Amino acid sequence: MKTVAEFRIVHECLLDRHGKALGELPPFAHDRDEMLRMYRMMTLVRAFDAKAVNLQRTGQLGTYASCLGHEATHVGVGAALAAEDVLAPVYREYGTQLCGVTMREILLYWGGDERGNDFAGPRGDFAWCVPIATQTLHAAGAAMAFKIRGEARCALSYVGDGGTSEGAFYEALNLAGAKALPVVFVVVNNGWAISVPVAAQTAAKTLAQKAIAAGIPSVQVDGNDVIAVRHVVAEALAEARAGRGPRLIEALTYRLSDHTTADDATRYRSSTEVAQAWSLEPLVRLRAFLVGAGFWNAESEQQLLEECARQVDAAVAEYLSTARPATDAMFDHLFATPPRHIREQRETARAYANQPGGH
Amino acid sequence: MAHAWEMAQDPSVVVLGQDVGANGGVFRATAGLQERFGAERVQDTPLAEAAIAGAAVGMAAQGLKPVAEIQFMGFIYPALDQIVNHMSRMRSRTRGRLSCPVVIRTPHGGGIHAPEHHSESTETMLCHIPGLRVLSPSSPARAYGLLLAAIRDPDPVIFLEPARLYRAVRQEVNDDGRALPLDVCFVLREGSDVTIVTWGAMTADVLKAAVDLDAHGISAEVIDLATLSPIDAGTILDSVAKTGRLVIVHEAARNLGLGAEIAAIVAEHGLYDLEAPIQRVTGYDTVMPLFKLERDYIPSVRRIVDAVQLTLAA
Repeated sequence: MKTVAEFRIVHECLLDRHGKALGELPPFAHDRDEMLRMYRMMTLVRAFDAKAVNLQRTGQLGTYASCLGHEATHVGVGAALAAEDVLAPVYREYGTQLCGVTMREILLYWGGDERGNDFAGPRGDFAWCVPIATQTLHAAGAAMAFKIRGEARCALSYVGDGGTSEGAFYEALNLAGAKALPVVFVVVNNGWAISVPVAAQTAAKTLAQKAIAAGIPSVQVDGNDVIAVRHVVAEALAEARAGRGPRLIEALTYRLSDHTTADDATRYRSSTEVAQAWSLEPLVRLRAFLVGAGFWNAESEQQLLEECARQVDAAVAEYLSTARPATDAMFDHLFATPPRHIREQRETARAYANQPGGH
Repeated sequence: MAHAWEMAQDPSVVVLGQDVGANGGVFRATAGLQERFGAERVQDTPLAEAAIAGAAVGMAAQGLKPVAEIQFMGFIYPALDQIVNHMSRMRSRTRGRLSCPVVIRTPHGGGIHAPEHHSESTETMLCHIPGLRVLSPSSPARAYGLLLAAIRDPDPVIFLEPARLYRAVRQEVNDDGRALPLDVCFVLREGSDVTIVTWGAMTADVLKAAVDLDAHGISAEVIDLATLSPIDAGTILDSVAKTGRLVIVHEAARNLGLGAEIAAIVAEHGLYDLEAPIQRVTGYDTVMPLFKLERDYIPSVRRIVDAVQLTLAA
């Protein structure tokens, strides 16, 4: 017998948990403005997230999927994407989306209003995707469109650790590999698919290695290290954009929150594990790096927190003052032109909604 | 309760699905089962609905009785290949050599302020498949008796659990292991002026409408379909023969909803008993809206009362 193929998965980490560089950093890490832009976004997302959970707890928002702990992964990916690229999100990557999607839209969506899916920008991005891993195929399809039209654009699909068990995920990888599509898959491995830990989800040692069978190069990255995330995603996008096919990145992070506000993780997860994960969380690490680099101090931190609170409060105020959608809205966008029975049903629904007491 | 009763009685009953183990199911329907029966008989699966349904086919064909949970009906679609192409026809295509005594439980319907894809009612897709039995209980007691019947049934059963019932309705249920009969509907309220057929979560609204109608001197007979496929035509036809009027109420969209089948049955076999056109009160033929508008979508008591009055005015 002889070995006909061998594979290995490398793990990329550029900042240790104390914010110390573990070797040479990419050029953007020395650019104060670039680094502060990412840190500000991470801080804003965390402030927004806490507020959103609070709105749910006080009955002003529906079920909400928190992104607590994922800030470095989400913001790192967002910083690497080009404006012309297309994102296929899951449903908690606000840190990637906030470059164009507004906080008000995120709140509208979780507040039960489809207008939240009508992103201010980027207009071509896919909407949030609750059915698991289905979006990976949409990204592959978007990449096929770019390839057919000869455009130097990429699609990027997120998927969770649980999502890598779905058939659609494997189908997307296989398709992307077979057709050398300009698509990047980012597997956000946050340890838990609701109550199921990764070790119960798969016998695979890494999720990155799932790409190997599809012939796709992959890498694992410390998802709490925003510099490493941005670096590997930017590299993957550059490869894909240059016509060298798809890439997969597994970002290791931790879901510090419940799965959603409808979940109670204390039923299935130890507090020791969560405490341990907090010691690795991404904001502290980046802040230590920024302070060490002379980019940041306590005063700028205080100003930033106040500024984030103002922005979040303004978005919440906008959300809360948004009028309930009209009953017509559920019919108006079903088809480009509503057929007769939809027009009739719209009339009926409107008549009931307009009665005293509603419905 | 029904799970536990039957698992204690029958060692071939196993439970599988996402988060059914330590977490006890997202609606707590399997709470405590893994603790009591162990992680072999109560298994968390990977996040893959086709795997859940396909593995249930394999387990059932080899002598187990899997009770599988699909976390929400909106996530059942990857499993349809297994359900439609294998589970429903295993007995038929092997001339009885192999069979699929599987129960697939899944939350059904809206009204609980849930996120996108968590509130749909697409039972008609499953009712259309030959070889599947489709059930939907209208109360906790009926859920207990029908789930026992479903697990004991030698063929595949889709068990649609109305999400509105999980927390909204509290009812004492006797844990006595007594199953309810399959393939029959239940007359919940006798009446003489109109027959209203419904199922699942809408049953509570129809019973409210019946009380409202009573105040106007209208006597409504309320039938809980319970087994959505196959339909117990006899009970419905007998009732229509008595009342002469039929209103069908369902949360699912109107177009090809189960109401169309019930109306066809009555048109075929009970047309001369009808004194007025059949009325349907249904969800609209549009995507189930997110929760800000879900109450505008789900048939209201007022719409039910209006439909009854329309049949009486005819």
